[in-house]
Amino acid sequence: MSEILRIENLHKSFGDLEVLKGIDLTVQSGETVVLLGSSGSGKSTMLRCLNFMETPTEGKIHLNGELIGTERGGRMRYREAELCALRARIGMVFQHFNLFPHMTVLENVMEGQVIVLGRAKPEAQDKAMAQLDRVGLAEKATEYPARLSGGQKQRVAIARALAMDPEVMLFDEVTSALDPELVGEVLKTIRQLAEDGMTMLCVTHELGFAYHVANRVLFLHEGTILEQGEPQSILKAPATDRMSEFLEGHSLFKLPD
Amino acid sequence: MEWNFLAVLRDFDLLMLGLLNTLKVTGLALLFGVPLGLALALSRLSTFRILSGIAGFIVEFFRTTPPLVQLFWFFFALPILIDVRMTPLIAAVVTFSIQSSAFFAEIFRGGILSIDKGQWEGAKAIGMTYGQCQRRIILPQAIKRMIPAFMERSIELLKTTTLVSTVAYTDLMFQANELAQKTFRPLEVYTIVAAIYFVLIFLFSQFSIAVEHRLAKSGEGTVR
Ligand SMILES: Nc1ncnc2c1ncn2[C@@H]1O[C@H](COP(=O)(O)OP(=O)(O)OP(=O)(O)O)[C@@H](O)[C@H]1O
Ligand SMILES: [Mg+2]
Repeated sequence: MSEILRIENLHKSFGDLEVLKGIDLTVQSGETVVLLGSSGSGKSTMLRCLNFMETPTEGKIHLNGELIGTERGGRMRYREAELCALRARIGMVFQHFNLFPHMTVLENVMEGQVIVLGRAKPEAQDKAMAQLDRVGLAEKATEYPARLSGGQKQRVAIARALAMDPEVMLFDEVTSALDPELVGEVLKTIRQLAEDGMTMLCVTHELGFAYHVANRVLFLHEGTILEQGEPQSILKAPATDRMSEFLEGHSLFKLPD
Repeated sequence: MEWNFLAVLRDFDLLMLGLLNTLKVTGLALLFGVPLGLALALSRLSTFRILSGIAGFIVEFFRTTPPLVQLFWFFFALPILIDVRMTPLIAAVVTFSIQSSAFFAEIFRGGILSIDKGQWEGAKAIGMTYGQCQRRIILPQAIKRMIPAFMERSIELLKTTTLVSTVAYTDLMFQANELAQKTFRPLEVYTIVAAIYFVLIFLFSQFSIAVEHRLAKSGEGTVR
């Protein structure tokens, strides 16, 4: 396994509010990392810093060995063009799908390929169909998003991200807006991705998913990584009281014995 | 008193010429005003303070001052101040392009701001630049929502252009005044003119309703 993502001393503040207080993390290629933490602990902010949807206040991010941005005068500087190119290499899926409602499913999945990567339309279409097939929605290619169920929308959003051939995928509570009976189909899709060797960081409250799919679980608390480890040990025997309390809060979750 | 439309209808071609000129001013003002409005809206939304400040001032200035004053200003004051002489047509087109662009700018701005923040996020996350987001994702959705306000404003513009008769541009109103004096039949003349405006605007609204209907039917819900 090789290192794909390295985060050093990541800080993020919004005005006076320091949300991330120094995060260090190295992710190996093919790894599935799950981020847990209570509301407001900074999970979304951390993911959003990785693809520069938010600009870190301090710290360095390396993707595939290359440092993002340039260091000048003790601070990191980022050019917008560089960040756009970076975002094209990192897939992100959101809680509320954010599909483009004025485009068909197929057009949604082709858009980034054609506009950002400059792929020819026939190639982009083949690729889009392949990814739609992968998430089991090839037959919905000509529909508009408004006609899909929440679970289907989210799978299209996953296909849209995958079509860009991302090096890393970020998932931010992608099942939280779904009706309970639709959660399974989306988790199954993500699990399949993990098995295919995709590198992923997932924020989720689905502890069962974390237990069965993650290689590593991080517990974020007040902007720092309080604990991390293999799911089988950390979810059953957390070292800190904070994490025990957090897990007890998820009373619905039953660990297999 | 007796109505006598015949005396007026004999010179109907005069009115038609006026109508043509009215449509010309309106069309040209739209042609320049819409892109200018978009530019003003994007400037006003820019995070670059000076730019958004200037755009904001232009928009508010032209929205709050009477169009007649603006027209006089371009036609009479500008030649004195900086020695550019304008024909009535050019003065009218300049005035109404800028004046309507101020209103279109607010329509564009409202439309853009009405689009869910998630659309920006979705577009940005696949690597789109600000310009690509606007052009491909935000504006196509915003414009669809803007159409009713846009049509409304265009009708307003068509009616406001009657002011150009005051700078001796031969629009429909100007021709009507001429004809009224010539035939001594002002009531008939203005009744016909009102009918022409009514038919014109009625057709235009019908067209805009049809457009809205088509867009609503085409399957793509405007909301997420
Ligand atoms: N754009 C922003 N401006 C100001 N404050 C923000 C912004 N984004 C996040 N915050 C604040 O940062 C803190 C962490 O937010 P974040 O969304 O990262 O938490 P989270 O762990 O994802 O929580 P949740 O489980 O509720 O999604 C919160 O206090 C939030 O209010
Ligand atoms: Mg969050």
